[in-house]
Amino acid sequence: MTVQGWLLIAAFVGILLALTKPMGLWLFAIYEGRRTALHAALGPVERGFYRLSRIRPDEDQSWRRYAVHMLVFNGTLLLLTYVVLRAQALLPLNPLGYGAVSEHLAFNTAVSFTTNTNWQSYGGESTMSNLSQMLALTIHNFLSAATGIALAFALFRGFARRSATGLGNFWADMTRVTLYLLLPICVVYSLFLIASGVPQTLAGSVDVSTIEGVRQTLALGPVASQEAIKMLGTNGGGFFNVNSAHPFENPTGLTNLVQMLSIFAIGAGLTYTFGKAVGNTRQGWAILAAMMFMFLAGTTLTYWQEASGNPVLHALQVVGGNMEGKEVRFGIAASALYSVVTTAASCGAVNAMHDSFTALGGLVPLFNMQLGEVVIGGVGAGIYGFLLFAILAVFVAGLMVGRTPEYVGKKIESREVKLAVLAIAVLPLIILGMTAVASVVESGLAGPLNKGPHGFSEILYAFTSAVANNGSAFAGLTANTPFYNGMLGVGMWLGRFFIIIPMLAVAGSLAAKKYTPPTAGSFPTTGPLWTGLLIGIVLIVGGLTFLPSLALGPIADHFAMIRGQLF
Amino acid sequence: MNNDILSSFRPALVMTLLFALLLGIAYPLAMTGIGQAIFPRQANGSVVREDGKIIGSTVVGQAFTSERYFRTRPSAAGQGYDGLASSGSNLGPTSQALGDRVQQAVAAMKAAEPGKPIPADLVTTSASGLDPDITPQAAYYQVDRIARVRNIDAHALKRLVARTIDRPLFGFIGEPRVNVFELNRRLDGIGAKPAR
Repeated sequence: MTVQGWLLIAAFVGILLALTKPMGLWLFAIYEGRRTALHAALGPVERGFYRLSRIRPDEDQSWRRYAVHMLVFNGTLLLLTYVVLRAQALLPLNPLGYGAVSEHLAFNTAVSFTTNTNWQSYGGESTMSNLSQMLALTIHNFLSAATGIALAFALFRGFARRSATGLGNFWADMTRVTLYLLLPICVVYSLFLIASGVPQTLAGSVDVSTIEGVRQTLALGPVASQEAIKMLGTNGGGFFNVNSAHPFENPTGLTNLVQMLSIFAIGAGLTYTFGKAVGNTRQGWAILAAMMFMFLAGTTLTYWQEASGNPVLHALQVVGGNMEGKEVRFGIAASALYSVVTTAASCGAVNAMHDSFTALGGLVPLFNMQLGEVVIGGVGAGIYGFLLFAILAVFVAGLMVGRTPEYVGKKIESREVKLAVLAIAVLPLIILGMTAVASVVESGLAGPLNKGPHGFSEILYAFTSAVANNGSAFAGLTANTPFYNGMLGVGMWLGRFFIIIPMLAVAGSLAAKKYTPPTAGSFPTTGPLWTGLLIGIVLIVGGLTFLPSLALGPIADHFAMIRGQLF
Repeated sequence: MNNDILSSFRPALVMTLLFALLLGIAYPLAMTGIGQAIFPRQANGSVVREDGKIIGSTVVGQAFTSERYFRTRPSAAGQGYDGLASSGSNLGPTSQALGDRVQQAVAAMKAAEPGKPIPADLVTTSASGLDPDITPQAAYYQVDRIARVRNIDAHALKRLVARTIDRPLFGFIGEPRVNVFELNRRLDGIGAKPAR
C-alpha cells in the first residue's frame, strides 16, 4: 500500500461527501416537483411527453397503481430490447454486419438491462451493432436508473406523508429524474469523456497497420454517450467486453476517478434527500455514516490484499502487488477502490478483472453484493434496500427495550416488519438456491474456467451478481449458454421486482399511518449508537447467511493460495 | 387492479416510444455530432497517421514483440492485442495455468538477462488485453536489451524513458506510466529506422 493510494481513497471520499448535499438538494427539488433552472429548456419536453401519453402528472397513485404502472412500463421496455436485438441484422447502423442475437442471449440481455443489472453474457464489440448499443441498451441505462430513483421517492413519501393514500405519480417521477437530472449531466459528462479520449462515432472500427507491421482492427462506436449514463445510473453495461478496463472506455487516471465518483454521487445524494423528505437531515447523515464505515472497511481489505500480491508469483521472483488482470494506468490502488465502489453500488462496471484478484481481495466485491448492495447502492435501489434494514433495526431495538418501534415519526408494526423480512430474504434464497443447482448439474459445472474452490467462486459470484442486480462478473465463467442465460435472467428479474413489490407495499402501509411524535422513550435514530446498530443488522441479517458459501469459495481459495497449492 | 393495468398500457407504449427517440436516437446522435465537431481526433479513436497510413492509437495499445522495441504486456485479447476481442485471462490466484504461464515467461527472461528482479506487469496479462502502458520499472528493465540490439548508448535510452513517463495528476490520480507506442516512436526517432 502506498501514500499515493491512500491519498486517492481520501480524495475520493472527500469529494463524494462534498457532492452529497448539493446532489441531495437537487434530487429533493425533483422529488417535490419544483420548478428548476432547467425547466425553461426542458419543461416543454416534459409537458409534451405527458400530453402525448395522456398522463396527468399530479394524479396521486396508490402503491398498487404505482407498482403496476412501473411494471408494465418496464415490461414494455424489455420487449423493445428483445425485438431490437433479435432484428439487429435487419436494422441500420450495423457497420460490422453482426447477425441477430440468439434467443437466450437476447432474453438474458433484455432482462439484464431492464433490471439495472447489466450482466453481459456477450462481448459488446463482437456482438452488438451501434443501433443495438444505442436503442436497445443506452435507453435502459437511463430508464432503469430513473425507475430506481422514482421507487426511492415513493418510499420517501411513505415515511413523509401522514394518513395519505398515495405515493406520488410514477410517470412524473421517472420523467423528471430523466430530464432534469440524468440527461443534462450525461451531456456534459459525455463531452468530458470524449475530450479525454473516449470515441464517439458511428463508424464501427478503424484499421491500423502497427509499427511492427501487423494489422490491428480497433472497434469504435458511440462509446462516450453510453459510458456516461452507464456510470451515473449505476448500470455498468460496457460498450466493450472488458468494460471500463478498456482504454477506450476509461483512458486515464482522471476519467477513472470521475467514473467512481459518478457511480456513488446519486446514491449518496439520496441519503440527504431522504433526510430532507422526513424533515431531519441528520437522519440522512446517520445512514450515510453507516454506509461509509462498511465501504472503508471493504476498501481497506481489498487494497491490502491486492497490494500484498500473490505468493505464488512471489515464489517465482516476480516483485510487486497482484497485477494479473489489472491495467498499468490504474495500478493496484485505483483498481481495488473501483472494485469495491462498483459492487457496493449496484453498478457492476469493472476496471480490472475481479476473477484474477487475490482470494480475499475478490471476497469483498462478492460480499458487498450479498449484503444487497446497500452500501450507497444502486441509484434508488441502495437507499430503499437500506431503509428496509433500518426498519428491521428499529424493530430489533424495540424488542430489546420492550417498546413499539418507531422510525422517523412512523410506528413500525408487524406488517412492515414482515414485508421487510420478505424482501430481504429474497436475496439469499435465490442466490444460494441457484448456486446450489448450478454446482451439481452438468450444464452448470461446464461453466467455470478455473478449477478448485475458485471455480465454485465463479458460479457463486455469477448468481450473486445477477440476483443483486450488479452485473460484474468473475468473467472466466462461460455464461453465454442456454442454462446460464436462462437461470441468470430469471434470477435478475426475481432479484429486482421481488424486492420492489414488498418495498412498495411497505411504503403504502407507512403512508397511511399518522405521525407519531418522538417521546423521551423513542429510540434515537441519528446518533452513533444507531449507526452502529445499523451496521450490525446489515452484517448479521444480510451477511451471515452467506458465510458458509464464502468459506467454500474465496476463503478456501485463500488458504490454498498462501500454501501455494494450485488447481 | 384491472383498472390499474388497463390504464397503464397507453402511457407505457407512448413513453417507451418517446424515450426511445430521445435517449436511444437523439442523445447519442447529438453527442456524436458535437463530439466530432469539437474533438474530432479523440472521437475517432486518437489515431496517429504516418505517410497517410494509420500506425496506431495513442489510447489503445498494440503488440510489440520484437527485440528491437520496448515490449508491451502479455495480452489475453484474441491472439494478443486484438482490438475486436478485448479480454483478460480471468485466471484466479490459485490457477495452475497462471502459475505455468508466469513460470515460462520468467524462465525466458531470466535466461536472457539473469539476476534482474522482474516487474510484475511484464509477466501478467492486463485486464483489457489492450493495455497501452508499462510501468517505468518495466521500461527501464528493457533498456539494456535494446541498447545492445540497437547499439545505442544505454544512458540515452534511460533519458528517453524518463522523458516519456506520464506522471499522475497531482501526484496521486493515476499511476506513473510509459505509453509503449509513444516510447517506441521516439526510439525510432533517435536510431536508424528498421525496414518495415
